[in-house]
Amino acid sequence: MSTHVRHLRGLTVVTALMITAGLALTFFYAPLDAEQGFVQKIFYIHVPLAIVSLVGFCLGGVYGIGYLRTGKRVWDMRSYCAIHMSLIFSVAGLLAGSIWAKASWGHWWVWSDPTLVSYLIVILLYCTYQPMRFSIEDPERQARYAAVFSIVAGAFVPINFIIVNLSSEYLHPRVLNLEGGAMPGSMKLAFYTSLIAVALLFATLMKYEMAAKELRIETRRLRRRLLGDDAGPLGRTASPS
Amino acid sequence: MRTAAAILRKDLLLELRTLETLPSMALLSISTFVIFHFGLNQDSLSGQLAAGVFTVTLLFAAMLAINRLFVAEREQGGFDAFLLAPVDRTAMFVAKAAALFIFMVALELVAVPAFALLLAPPRLGHSLAGFVLLLVLADGAFAVIGTFVSALAVHTRARDLIGPIIGLPLMLPALIATARGIGPLLRANSSGSPQLKWLLVLALYDLFNALLAVGLFDYLIEE
Repeated sequence: MSTHVRHLRGLTVVTALMITAGLALTFFYAPLDAEQGFVQKIFYIHVPLAIVSLVGFCLGGVYGIGYLRTGKRVWDMRSYCAIHMSLIFSVAGLLAGSIWAKASWGHWWVWSDPTLVSYLIVILLYCTYQPMRFSIEDPERQARYAAVFSIVAGAFVPINFIIVNLSSEYLHPRVLNLEGGAMPGSMKLAFYTSLIAVALLFATLMKYEMAAKELRIETRRLRRRLLGDDAGPLGRTASPS
Repeated sequence: MRTAAAILRKDLLLELRTLETLPSMALLSISTFVIFHFGLNQDSLSGQLAAGVFTVTLLFAAMLAINRLFVAEREQGGFDAFLLAPVDRTAMFVAKAAALFIFMVALELVAVPAFALLLAPPRLGHSLAGFVLLLVLADGAFAVIGTFVSALAVHTRARDLIGPIIGLPLMLPALIATARGIGPLLRANSSGSPQLKWLLVLALYDLFNALLAVGLFDYLIEE
């Protein structure tokens, strides 16, 4: 059994427990927001999704450096899975943010909010990751180019936020400013629990994806050994293979 | 440095002899101004709207050059020859970025007068110095990011598609800074000097991308 599959069951159970705890704290423990009421609850899912996906994008870049330094396929696989998961999380985060914006500001999309806008730009950039991989046939070149992309894009994430922030007056509620935020303790507890839950969910799903990919590679190898050249191609893929 | 100069000379000579890219860029920019005239139904533009129209036009024209930048190298075996030569690979990046920068400046020599003539932004002559300074910094961003994206896209199957879709988001911060910097210069009551903030943002973004691209370019042309 590969290293990625180890601890998978334990991790899954812990993740499920944390998500339950996060949701329970959000809905039954954290107080209603004085201004926004029930709608503000979406904050406990939107912000963790956003933070985890952005960290995941940067993590993809770090794994990309790992690939360029070592040339080992496992780093390419990590980078691919981190970016893939982050993309899913970020689209979910964007949708949640959009719902929140509609509820509290009356519009589905708010250009005056630099955080939302820069988030969209980052998503647009990462949407090109898979098409790019898909159109490179040589697997070695695919991995190398994907690593270069992941590093540039990972570095782009914070720079883009700074520049977009400069371009508009801020509107986003700063719940996590440097002074520790204006949240009461009960909200903080619910928030950090949700954050850890979403981070664990990210790690678990990423491990599942990696395990599935390794299994597929192993299957293909065995198939080739059994059938020889008759095995035929299994179709093109954008993922490491 | 001599290698870079040789490649740059080759690229400029090739462009002078074939006139493939620059005339297309100039034509595209003028057509875009005409389209904006009809699309917006305005005889003259000012302020942020004028800045936006001009920046978008530059961007589209730049995309043409970016798509063509490495095509000759790939089709005529320039990459193989370059890899066989005992030279620093960064030279290729420096030469191509310089070529793209020169293309952009040459384009602007046509596009800025055309813009002034067709869409008559107020105070362009008055704030020309600041305007040019912003354009030079923006060209730096186009050159650096464009070269990097072009090198990334040229070995993909759908290179004409992959280049622009990766390049656009990467260039967005530079476009924001350029458009926001030019906007106040083209207002009727413009002071004539650009905000220092946007010059600084553009310069830092150029530098940041140049360092990143120089560091990673070698991996893109390895065989």
